[in-house]
Amino acid sequence: MLREGIDGVRIPSGCAVSAIFSKNGHRRSGENIIRSIALMHERSNGLGGGFAAYGIYPEYKNLYALHLFYEGKKAKEACEEFLNEHFDVVNLSKIPTRKVPSIKDEPLIWRYFVEPLHTKLSESQLDEETFVSRCVIRVNSEIDGAYIFSSGKNMGVFKAVGYPEDVGEFYRLEDYKGYCWTAHGRYPTNTPGWWGGAHPFSLLDRSVVHNGEISSYDANRRTIEMYGYRCNLLTDTEVITYIIDYLNRRKGLSYEETASVIAAPFWSAIERESEEERRRLTYLRSAFSGMLITGPFSIIVGFTGGIMALNDRLKLRSMVVGEKGEDVYIASEESAIRLIEPELDKVWAPKGGEPVLYYLKDPEMV
Amino acid sequence: MNKRKNASLLGKRYLGCGNEKGTIEVHETPGNALGAYLDGGRIRVFCNAQDATGDTMNAGEILIHGSVGDAAGYAMRGGAIYVQGDTGYRCGIHMKEYQDKKPVIVVGGCCGSFLGEYQAGGVILVLGIGAEDRPPVGNFCAAGMHGGIIYLRTEHLPADLPGQITAKRAGREELTKIAPLVRRFCREFGEEEEALLSSCYYALTPNTRNPYRQLYVNN
Repeated sequence: MLREGIDGVRIPSGCAVSAIFSKNGHRRSGENIIRSIALMHERSNGLGGGFAAYGIYPEYKNLYALHLFYEGKKAKEACEEFLNEHFDVVNLSKIPTRKVPSIKDEPLIWRYFVEPLHTKLSESQLDEETFVSRCVIRVNSEIDGAYIFSSGKNMGVFKAVGYPEDVGEFYRLEDYKGYCWTAHGRYPTNTPGWWGGAHPFSLLDRSVVHNGEISSYDANRRTIEMYGYRCNLLTDTEVITYIIDYLNRRKGLSYEETASVIAAPFWSAIERESEEERRRLTYLRSAFSGMLITGPFSIIVGFTGGIMALNDRLKLRSMVVGEKGEDVYIASEESAIRLIEPELDKVWAPKGGEPVLYYLKDPEMV
Repeated sequence: MNKRKNASLLGKRYLGCGNEKGTIEVHETPGNALGAYLDGGRIRVFCNAQDATGDTMNAGEILIHGSVGDAAGYAMRGGAIYVQGDTGYRCGIHMKEYQDKKPVIVVGGCCGSFLGEYQAGGVILVLGIGAEDRPPVGNFCAAGMHGGIIYLRTEHLPADLPGQITAKRAGREELTKIAPLVRRFCREFGEEEEALLSSCYYALTPNTRNPYRQLYVNN
């Protein structure tokens, strides 16, 4: 697999994102999300497409579902040795795919349902999620040619080099049923496309699809690497995933607070807030200043039981949200929503830096 | 007139791009850059439009019976855009005028941030219908503006107007310029002309002929 950053290719930007979320937990196949992202075909250039789906593995919902790319058998052997040392592997298989003419040079693509070995976990003195996330980071940085690109429970990421509609067909997404789907069509700007560089980027159950490019990437990378993360996929979006994991899971910030850190308002806007709000925003901007993300972005964050849409504070990328009954649609363009739901109850474009959050009404239902 | 009705234009980009004549009617959310470089034709949209509507348009009319996305009328240099609802961010940025070419944007509802950023010419009129209790625009309105005029139908000026912008209550002279735009808006969208015209308007203009002179070398 080609690693990002090796060639200096630069192409104009314009990715696409889309998502469907069902507040009542209704699980649907991947067909509609593929139609939605395919309508924005011109926003991608065939160098990356991907999907994240939540609620797709109810039969294994207590196990971590690891999705892996292997460059060859050697990488697979080395990685499986590591996995067997740290996890009880309950089930393993190739991820089912079908031949699609435009999807070429695929790596070996495997899926493992695992739980941490109790002895290893207690020996590590870490909580279970931190243990798993450290194992993911270790495989991705230390085992040559092996990449864990999905590591949450009851969710999965499916991605490849290709147009998103072809990627969806390749992974047979019509066979999965999820209450939440996110999708991405890639148009890489600063680095060439490769399988590991396609979106979504995920760690544990948090996944990110991103349209834009981060001007503050290296400042963000240096900050997050101080906390044990490794930005080894050499593309800007992964740092957003790690920042959200750090702020939300490890520091316990809410998603609204997380948004106030990564898309913090300008100081001039903070000054006009009420005393209490000014103190809150000043604290968040100051305490996590290295995690302020500047430059254009619209992101959709998927997580167990919910979804967040967020634009950069200047709103340099487009994002539209629509609601119909219990279903929520988010996309780069309104037309990509209208295609799958022509009659919406409500449709609007959130302001820059204003997070839009939806949760399952009953988190136990999936 | 060559009047065409299109039924399946959902998400299609560049509709009516560069048209010199004729009318296009759009009934499903069109794609980005609707009417870009429009050069005399008319486009009537009976739903919302997306980003970059009327990008760099030169002449003609775009009438939107709905709201519009970001950067409507970007770098516009002639013609008119009428929006019944709201606009997204960066409406009318980099608008310019030259001799008889004076672009016009009229918005019935509210505008997002950066309205008229770097505006160099032309007219933007925001009616703010339904938002009479607050400024009808977002942050950074008229940032870097150095030509043209922005009219706001409001009694609440934005709190963050830049120092080089003068905001003046519109007098009789300005109102005679606003009136035909309001009339055209009302004819298209069926609003009450008298009520709109008897409101308070503010006119935003750059306060010197060249407020950024100090930024450049004299040579």
